[in-house]
Amino acid sequence: MSAEAICEGRARSDFWDGVRLSMPVVVASAPFAVLFGALAVDNGFSVLEAFLMSALIFGGASQMVGIELFGQHVAPWLIVLSIFAVNFRHVLYSAGLGRRIAHWPVVQQALGFFIMTDPQYAVSEAKAVSGETVGFAWYLGLGLPVYVFWVIESALGAVFGKLIPDTHALGIDFLLPIYFLGLVMGFRKRPLWLPIVAASAVASIVAYKTVGSPWHVSIGAVAGVLLAVILPPHHSGVGERP
Amino acid sequence: MSTTFWIIIAGAIATYLTRVGGHLVISRFDNVHPRVEAGLNAVPAAVLTTLVAPAVLGAGPAEWAALIVTAIVSLRGGLMAMFLAGAAVLILARQFVG
Repeated sequence: MSAEAICEGRARSDFWDGVRLSMPVVVASAPFAVLFGALAVDNGFSVLEAFLMSALIFGGASQMVGIELFGQHVAPWLIVLSIFAVNFRHVLYSAGLGRRIAHWPVVQQALGFFIMTDPQYAVSEAKAVSGETVGFAWYLGLGLPVYVFWVIESALGAVFGKLIPDTHALGIDFLLPIYFLGLVMGFRKRPLWLPIVAASAVASIVAYKTVGSPWHVSIGAVAGVLLAVILPPHHSGVGERP
Repeated sequence: MSTTFWIIIAGAIATYLTRVGGHLVISRFDNVHPRVEAGLNAVPAAVLTTLVAPAVLGAGPAEWAALIVTAIVSLRGGLMAMFLAGAAVLILARQFVG
C-alpha cells in the first residue's frame, strides 16, 4: 500500500469517527430544525426563506429568535442585531478553535468556521485537550451531518409543520438544555470549572430577569470568562500545562 | 428582493463574522497571555451554562428530574448515554406531572 493510500484511508476513518460523534447532535437538533421550519412559516416566512435561513445562518437559537422578532414586526436592523447577539458567543469559540486548526489550509479553516456551532466546538476542544490533533476530515465528519440534516429538516418542518403532534408530551422543548448540561459536565475536570459555572449561571439568570433574552447568553458568558481571567494564573492551571 | 431575504443575508454575514472574528483577532498576537488563555479555557463551560441556567429556573419537577439524572449519568457514561437517559426521564416524568 502506498503512503498516499494509507493517508487517504486514515482520513476516511477519521471522517467516520467524526460522523459517529455527530449523531447525538443530529438527533438532538432534529426536533428543533423541524420546529424552526414550522414556526418560520407560521411567522410569515416562505418555505424557501426558511430553507435559506438554515443554510446560511445555521444557528438554531438565533434563527428561532430571528423568526420570533420577524413575526412581531420588529425593525429589520434590530432582528439582525439580535441574531448577532445570540451568536456572539461564537467569537469566543472561534478564538478557541482557531488555536486547534491553525495547521489547516485557509480555505479549510474558512469552511470549518462556517459549520462551527456549540457541539462542534465543545467536542473539538475536548479532543484537543486530550492531546489529539483536530484534523479536517474528522472535523468535517463531526460538522457536515449536523449541517445537512439541519437544512433538510428545516425545509421539511416548513412544508409539513402543522402536522406535529403534542410537542410538550414528547419533551421536545427541553431537549436542548439537557444536551447542553451534558456538555457542561464534560468539562468538569478543567481548572476553575465550578466557580466558572456558578458565576455564569448566576449572571445569566440575573441578566435573563433584568436585561432579558438573548443578552443573558453574552452577559453570563462574559462573567464566567472574566472570573477565569481575573483569578491568578496558578489557579487556572495554565502555567502547569505541558 | 424581499425584506425577509435581506434580513437572512445580513444575519448570515453577521453570524459568519462571529464565527471567524475571534480567531482573526487572537491570531494577530504571537504569544497568548496566560490570563487570556485561562479566559479562553473557561469559554465552553461559561457559555454552555448560560444556555442551561435560565431554563432550569423556569422549569418544573419533570425537567429538574431529567437534569439531575443527566448530571449523574454524565459522571460515568458518554454524551449519548446521558442525553438518552435525560430525555427518557423527561418524557416519563411528564406523563405524570405534565
